[in-house]
Amino acid sequence: MKDQATIHGAVHTDLQHESAFKHVTGRATYTDDIAEPVGTLHAYLGVATETHARIRKIDLDPVRNAPGVIDVLTAEDIPGHNDISPTGRNDEPVFPTDKVEFNGQPLFAVIAETRDAARRAAERAKVDYDPLPHALDPVAAQEAGYPHITDPLTLSRGDASAALEKAKHRIGGRMVVGGQDHMYLEGHIAFAVPGEDDDVIVHCSTQHPSEAQHMVAHVLGVPSNAVTVNVRRMGGGFGGKESQMNLFCAVAAIAAKKWNRAVKIRPDRDQDMTATGKRHDFVIDYDVGFDDEGRIEAVDGQFAARCGYSSDLSGPVTDRALFHADNAYFYPHVRLESHPMKTNTVSNTAFRGFGGPQGVIAAERMVEEIAYALGKDTLDIRKANFYGEGRDVTPYHQTVEDNIMPRIVEELEASADYQSRREAVLAHNAKGGIIRRGIALTPVKFGISFTATWYNQAGALVHVYNDGSIHLNHGGTEMGQGLNTKVAQVVAETFQVDVDRIKITRTTTEKVPNTSATAASSGSDLNGMAALDAAEQIKARLVDFATERWQAEPEEVQFRPNRVQIRDEVISFDAFIKEAYMARVHLSAAGFYKTPKIHWDRATGKGRPFYYYAYGAACSEVEIDTLTGEYRVLRTDILHDVGRSLNPVLDKGQVEGAFIQGMGWLTTEELWWDDAGRLRTHAPSTYKIPLASDRPREFNVNLADWSENREMTIKRSKAVGEPPFMLGISVFEALSMAVASVADYRECPRLDAPATPERVLMAVERLKAGRAA
Amino acid sequence: MEPRREIRLVLNDREVAVPDVGASQTLLDFLRLEQRLTGTKEGCAEGDCGACTVLVGRLHDGALRYEIVNACIRFLASLDGCHVVTIEHLSGPDGRLHPVQRAMVEHHGSQCGFCTPGFVMALYALWMAQPEPTVAQVETALQGNLCRCTGYEPIIAAALAVGRHGTPSADYLSRERETNTKHLKSLRDGRRVITGPADDQAILPADVDDFAQALLDHPDATIVAGATDVGLWVTKFLRPIGPAIFIGHLDGLKSIDVTETDITIGAGVTYSEFAPLIAAHFPHLTEYWDRIAGWQVRNMGTIGGNIANGSPIGDTPPVLIAMEAEVTLRRGDARRTLPLEDFFVDYGKQDRADGEFVETIRIPLPRTGQCDAAYKISKRRDEDISSVAVGISVVTEQEQITRAIIAFGGMAATPKRAAQAEAALVGHPWGEAAFEAAAGALASDFSPLSDWRASSDYRMRTAQNLLRRFYLEQAAGEDAPVRLSA
Repeated sequence: MKDQATIHGAVHTDLQHESAFKHVTGRATYTDDIAEPVGTLHAYLGVATETHARIRKIDLDPVRNAPGVIDVLTAEDIPGHNDISPTGRNDEPVFPTDKVEFNGQPLFAVIAETRDAARRAAERAKVDYDPLPHALDPVAAQEAGYPHITDPLTLSRGDASAALEKAKHRIGGRMVVGGQDHMYLEGHIAFAVPGEDDDVIVHCSTQHPSEAQHMVAHVLGVPSNAVTVNVRRMGGGFGGKESQMNLFCAVAAIAAKKWNRAVKIRPDRDQDMTATGKRHDFVIDYDVGFDDEGRIEAVDGQFAARCGYSSDLSGPVTDRALFHADNAYFYPHVRLESHPMKTNTVSNTAFRGFGGPQGVIAAERMVEEIAYALGKDTLDIRKANFYGEGRDVTPYHQTVEDNIMPRIVEELEASADYQSRREAVLAHNAKGGIIRRGIALTPVKFGISFTATWYNQAGALVHVYNDGSIHLNHGGTEMGQGLNTKVAQVVAETFQVDVDRIKITRTTTEKVPNTSATAASSGSDLNGMAALDAAEQIKARLVDFATERWQAEPEEVQFRPNRVQIRDEVISFDAFIKEAYMARVHLSAAGFYKTPKIHWDRATGKGRPFYYYAYGAACSEVEIDTLTGEYRVLRTDILHDVGRSLNPVLDKGQVEGAFIQGMGWLTTEELWWDDAGRLRTHAPSTYKIPLASDRPREFNVNLADWSENREMTIKRSKAVGEPPFMLGISVFEALSMAVASVADYRECPRLDAPATPERVLMAVERLKAGRAA
Repeated sequence: MEPRREIRLVLNDREVAVPDVGASQTLLDFLRLEQRLTGTKEGCAEGDCGACTVLVGRLHDGALRYEIVNACIRFLASLDGCHVVTIEHLSGPDGRLHPVQRAMVEHHGSQCGFCTPGFVMALYALWMAQPEPTVAQVETALQGNLCRCTGYEPIIAAALAVGRHGTPSADYLSRERETNTKHLKSLRDGRRVITGPADDQAILPADVDDFAQALLDHPDATIVAGATDVGLWVTKFLRPIGPAIFIGHLDGLKSIDVTETDITIGAGVTYSEFAPLIAAHFPHLTEYWDRIAGWQVRNMGTIGGNIANGSPIGDTPPVLIAMEAEVTLRRGDARRTLPLEDFFVDYGKQDRADGEFVETIRIPLPRTGQCDAAYKISKRRDEDISSVAVGISVVTEQEQITRAIIAFGGMAATPKRAAQAEAALVGHPWGEAAFEAAAGALASDFSPLSDWRASSDYRMRTAQNLLRRFYLEQAAGEDAPVRLSA
């Protein structure tokens, strides 16, 4: 037997994505690539062309009479409930019956022989509308007396009003923060295949197979056990496929059952972007009191969000904005209130960070205000306000126990050479040229756990076959983040076998039930632990078997790389498993995990919603053209905390990708609605996500390799999906500093996001005019 | 000769003949739905994301040249006589990874993997053209490919490392070049091709004269050159385009004639084909040209098409007008020539009669004392449509401005000269005062629109500031740059 020092694919080692070979050869199968059975039909959504209107009459005959059309699916064809609200608020119909609430809202689905025929026919409906006034943004909604779409939240500690009154310095302002489209490269898609009885199988691209299953059952009026949802992989998710796939799954499944044929639905990019939700736009009114040193004494923050026409996930999203409105800073007195506004726009949804980034950027805006008011470096203000000894309670009354922010920032400040580069930037700007520079070092602290506490559970299923090969399933979904790779590493480590021996197949509701969304950065934390539990169960049975078979003590049974040693006897893993099978050992186990320690009482705004925090910091330097507002990111340095990384190279990939996505959110990605309520940036031709050439000219990304999660997470790692997204704020703050230079840093530029070249130029002109006045 | 009724091409390693190809049938649908080659993905269906990138080999004056294109907006009919190479053809029959694929795996260049085949194809084309590229060359090659997961860093690393995994001369397409050239030559029969149903007919003329005749016979036909705009009429607006006359294959429209005084190009010259002229003759267009769309679109799109299309935000008209370009239109055997600026009559209306087409474009070479510039403003630096674009050409004699042409895109319903601003310059001494006056005069030249690309106010301010930039750039030193770092 070949002696092997370590297994291939152990935890804490670099391992390529399990599908890397398939990705680069085009052999990775996405939902649209699955071979279609003969007779497959295609559905396409017909959508509203009004923004807010009563529906007087819909004439669908021209649609039905179009070439290739089988029929049209409307609300009347829904056998169960016409509702796909993910939080059970019953405010999100598959198809509305009386009222249109946003431009582009799906009204019906055409079912045709080909997708092209369905798509062309969908445009032929004649809808008679009775238009109503509309409100597109949260301020307009408040002015029009629109309701909260879901219950608002208040977090408070101390007496913010009194402390603001007393504070030596006090600044109030408003910040407008734009939303963001997910722009996953693979759009929404669902493909339903009818089965016998009530059964239906739905292949789709969702982050939340269990919810899609329950929603399909709900609209069909059948029990969940009739519905199977399968997801092999997604071409990107980013939160956009957490709840938004429900619509497509519902339409495909209803049609498949109605016509007893397989039905696929895939919107084109424009429909995907207009008919499905995005990151919430926020309008934030802040009021901050502080002392001469820039230490914050009190904060009042009012967070109004564009939620769209239905609640979807807006409750937890706007909650999380408040949970992160402190970022890494201690607020002695604080009051934070959310205003989740109903608007006549598409219902906004989850997006990487889930409201957190909008909270964090508000904290960083207040830091800027203080710095410019006092004539200090923003980094000094940040340091003065970090959580620390005796200053460690958050606005939601959780004590920060794992604070490594000061060390992260200190190390990055040194490795990025922040101080001398800042001096150079100041010297450059002092020359007063057209090209101005800015530099900013911004921190992020991000709470890990679903704030819906019951979501913090996961299941896994592990089979060891009698040839020694291993089959692994868990409730998480693979959307590119490498979750399957990491979970396989955990199982490989447990059995001490090469990871190549482990096959992870598609996520399916048949194998692991009642799963939570792969969201909130929780994928590895939850599913890794569940898989570990399953593997440990089997391993314990194997140890029992070995102690009996070899008459050994448990500690004399050692799992070595691809073999098992019992006292002096060493046998291969395969042979060992075969013996265990022959001895009738149960080689399959279902694993389960629930996150300990967490609790949250929303009514009082108190608890410990987060198991732990992930930390990071980024330093970015930019230059701007004060004639045009164009800019370039010259250099970015990142130091990010992932605890003891399960797979450092994949985690680094998450950090880099999240940073660029966060930068895009705050720079070139602009959602633009016209006055009529139509989203006019609805495809990559008009909606501009970063390109390769937008990367920082120099990009140094490091993981804090000394960090170890103080909580008992999977192998002491930390979640990585969302936290680094907020590192993009460093670019935004650096742009702000470059703008501030035109008025000698005496005025906070109050840039709104996204800082398009236009916003940068307009801020430059505003500050120049202010200086002249 | 009887017209041929089918499209013939080489797809990866086999020849396919497809009858009844409608004008609006896309290559992407053909690959995915009919050939079940599902490695090529649809990300946007508008040529902006690159997930559908494939390689197309075409004979150009007898030589086989491969270029990447967007299969989503490329019409199948336009591929007659071409070699289409998809991701499925990259790894060897034994499943061994191609050097590009190996580099991508080794550098963790894929996360969700959906954009990956498109990136692999773009990097494949780059590697064949430039086995040891610089970072800047990689970025330029990848302007047409979006990735939402990785942040690009590992893909750039992979691109720089491909050369370590293999040399292009050992590549399948190099080794088979002769065979494939012969194969494609054998597909050329000099016949006109007419295919597709009556309401979606595709016509491929045999040569330029045949094109002129076909257009006389079908004056209502859609002329399709690179399809980088017409493609979207089909994929986005579901507009019928039949009958459509495809002209991208006509070598007769790809001529480039350089004399001592001017350059005349056929209307079918693509952005990529024009690029080699820039360094020698129009250095001021270097950065501007690389910021037109992405590589795939530059390989497909033609300058003639950009002009004939008449868009107020086309990238080439402002700079060509500033250089006093002329267009020659042809109808049957009759030709007429007019200054480019006169071709644009109004929004959506050009001075082109039924049966007439843009045949050539003549661009005078810069004269002594002439100073030219081309600027483009867009929300995102690369692969974005201009909010404002400008071509500026100023002639100075003994410190006096004797001629000034300033042509803007994005400021009016057509590409348009700034007459008042020009007047503010001509006859005045070269200096800040003249350019300040010109900037001020722009307000009487234009009242631009507000839309999702830019507000009217921003368009006006940047337009004015671009005139200031033009002035400052001539005086700028290293110590006081007026442009962002490259």
